[in-house]
Amino acid sequence: MTREIIIQALISGLLMGFIYALVAAGLSLIFGLMEIVNFAHGEFMMLSMYTTFWLYTLFGLDPLLSIPICIVLLFVIGVVTHYGIIRHILDAPMLVQITATFGLAIFLRSLAQFLWSADYQVIDDPIVSGRIEIWGIYLGLPQVVASAGCLLAFGFLYYFVNRTETGIALQATAQDREAAGLMGIQTNRMFALGWGIGASCVGVAGALISSYYMVFPDVGIIFALLAYVTVAMGGFGSLIGALIAGIAIGLIEAAGAILVSPAFKYGIIFLCYLAVVLLRPKGLFGRF
Amino acid sequence: MLSIRNLEVSYGDYQVIRGVSMEVYVGEIVALLGPNGAGKSTILNSISGLQSAQAGVIEFDGVHIESMPSHKIVRLRLAHILERRRVFPYLTVYQNLWLGGYNPTVRDERKRNLERVYELFPKLRERETQLAHSMSGGEQQMLALGRGLMADPKLLMVDEPLLGLAPSVARHTIEVLKQINQKGVTILFIEQNVQTAMSLAHRGYVLESGKVVIEGTSSELLNSGEIKRVFLGG
Ligand SMILES: Nc1ncnc2c1ncn2[C@@H]1O[C@H](COP(=O)(O)OP(=O)(O)OP(=O)(O)O)[C@@H](O)[C@H]1O
Ligand SMILES: [Mg+2]
Repeated sequence: MTREIIIQALISGLLMGFIYALVAAGLSLIFGLMEIVNFAHGEFMMLSMYTTFWLYTLFGLDPLLSIPICIVLLFVIGVVTHYGIIRHILDAPMLVQITATFGLAIFLRSLAQFLWSADYQVIDDPIVSGRIEIWGIYLGLPQVVASAGCLLAFGFLYYFVNRTETGIALQATAQDREAAGLMGIQTNRMFALGWGIGASCVGVAGALISSYYMVFPDVGIIFALLAYVTVAMGGFGSLIGALIAGIAIGLIEAAGAILVSPAFKYGIIFLCYLAVVLLRPKGLFGRF
Repeated sequence: MLSIRNLEVSYGDYQVIRGVSMEVYVGEIVALLGPNGAGKSTILNSISGLQSAQAGVIEFDGVHIESMPSHKIVRLRLAHILERRRVFPYLTVYQNLWLGGYNPTVRDERKRNLERVYELFPKLRERETQLAHSMSGGEQQMLALGRGLMADPKLLMVDEPLLGLAPSVARHTIEVLKQINQKGVTILFIEQNVQTAMSLAHRGYVLESGKVVIEGTSSELLNSGEIKRVFLGG
C-alpha cells in the first residue's frame, strides 16, 4: 500500500465527513430544539435525491441547479411535518414520538418504492464530473464539489444559529421553552423553523451527492444511521460537535476500509462510537 | 391594573387554584404568600399565559388576557420572572438581555432599555460576554430581573426573587426591587417568608390550598393571628 493511496483515502474520508456533518447538523438542530429524534431524516434526504434525479431526468436540470429547489422543498416538508405531526405529539410519551417519526420514515420509503420502484437510478451526465489531480492524488470532482457545498451550507447554518437574532431566539427556545415564550418568542414557530432548517440540511446534502451517488428508496438509511452516531458522538444539540464527529466518522470509515476491510468499515465506526459514549456518555461537546 | 376574578386552575383532575380573586393597583408592591404547594406559582403562570385556566377572568390594563398566549401577553408590558431565575444558560449575559427586548412593543427601545438595566446592575455590563450558567445565583437573579426589565414592564411579576440568596444579597435585591418600583413599575412578587415579604410589600395575599385565606396591608398581615396558623400549622 503506497503513501498516495492512504492519503487519498483519508482525503476522501474527510470529504465524506463534511457531508455527514451537515446531515448530522440538521438532525442535531431538531433534537436540540425539542428533544425529538427525527427518524425520517434519511428519508427526507432520499426525497431530496429523487427530486434532483427527476428534475434532471425530466427537465435536464443539473443537480447543482436543483440545490435551491431542494432547499425550499425540504424546508416546506420539514415545516409541514412539524405542523402536521410533531406539534400534536410534543408532550406525548417518548415511544409515541419515536413511532411517529419512524412511521413517517417507513411511509416515505414505501411511497418511493411504490411511485419510483426499488431500482437504482443514476444521474449519468452532470455538469460537474470527472476527476481532478492534486499532487498526485486523484479525487472525483463531484465528491469535491458536494463536500465543499456541504461545508459551505454548514457555515451558513452556524452563522445563522449563532449570529442572527432569529438564531439566538432558536437557541433560547431550545434551552428554555417557557422562558422563551415569556420573552415574546413564538416557540411553536421556532419549532417549525427548526424542522424546516433541519430538513433543508439534507435537502442540500441530497442534491449534492445525487450527482455521484445512486438514488433508491433505502438510500437514506445508512446516512441517517451515521448521522445518529455522529450526533451522539459529537454531543446532542451541538453543531460544532456534529462537525468534528462528522469529520471523525468520515476519516474512520476511510481508514477502516483500507486498513481492515471495506466490508467492516461500519463495524469500526460503531466500535469507535461505543468507545466514545462509554468514556463520555454526553458526547464530545454535549451538554445533556 | 391587574384584576383576577374567580380563577380556577387544574392540572389534570387535580384542582390547584379554587376560585382566587385578587387586585393589583398601579404603583403598588403586592406580595403573594403561602406555604409550599399552595399554588402561588400557578397563579403567576396563569397570568402570564404559561398555564391555561379552567375558569375565571384575568384583566390587565383593561384587556382580557386569560386566554392569550404568553408571547402576546408580554407585549402588553407585563413581565414575568420565573421561579429559579430560568436564564438561558448557554447564551451570554448580553444575549439574554437582548432577548428580553425581543417582543415588538419594545424592540425599537432596546438600546435605551439596555442602558437602564446596566445603570441598575453595573455588574451585568462587566459580564456581558459571560455565559449565564457560569454566573453565581445572585448574579443570575440580577440577570433575570434585567431581562424582565428589558420588556419595559408596567407590571413586573417575580416568583421568589430571594430564593437561595445569601442574606446580604437578598437585602440588596429588596432594595433594587424598591428602586424599580419607585421608577413607576408595579410589582407582584412571591415570597415564603412573611417578615421579609412585608418589608418590601405594601399589601399581601396569603394563599392556602388554592384559596386566598387572608389579605390586607403589610401591617395588618404582620399582626394577624391567622397568618401564624397558615405558616406554622398551629
Ligand atoms: N405541571 C404540573 N403538573 C401537575 N401538578 C403541578 C404542576 N405544577 C404544579 N403542580 C402542583 O400544583 C400545586 C401548586 O403548585 P405551585 O407550584 O403553584 O405551588 P407554589 O405555591 O408555587 O409552591 P412553592 O412555594 O413550592 O413554589 C402543587 O401541589 C404542585 O405539586
Ligand atoms: Mg412556586
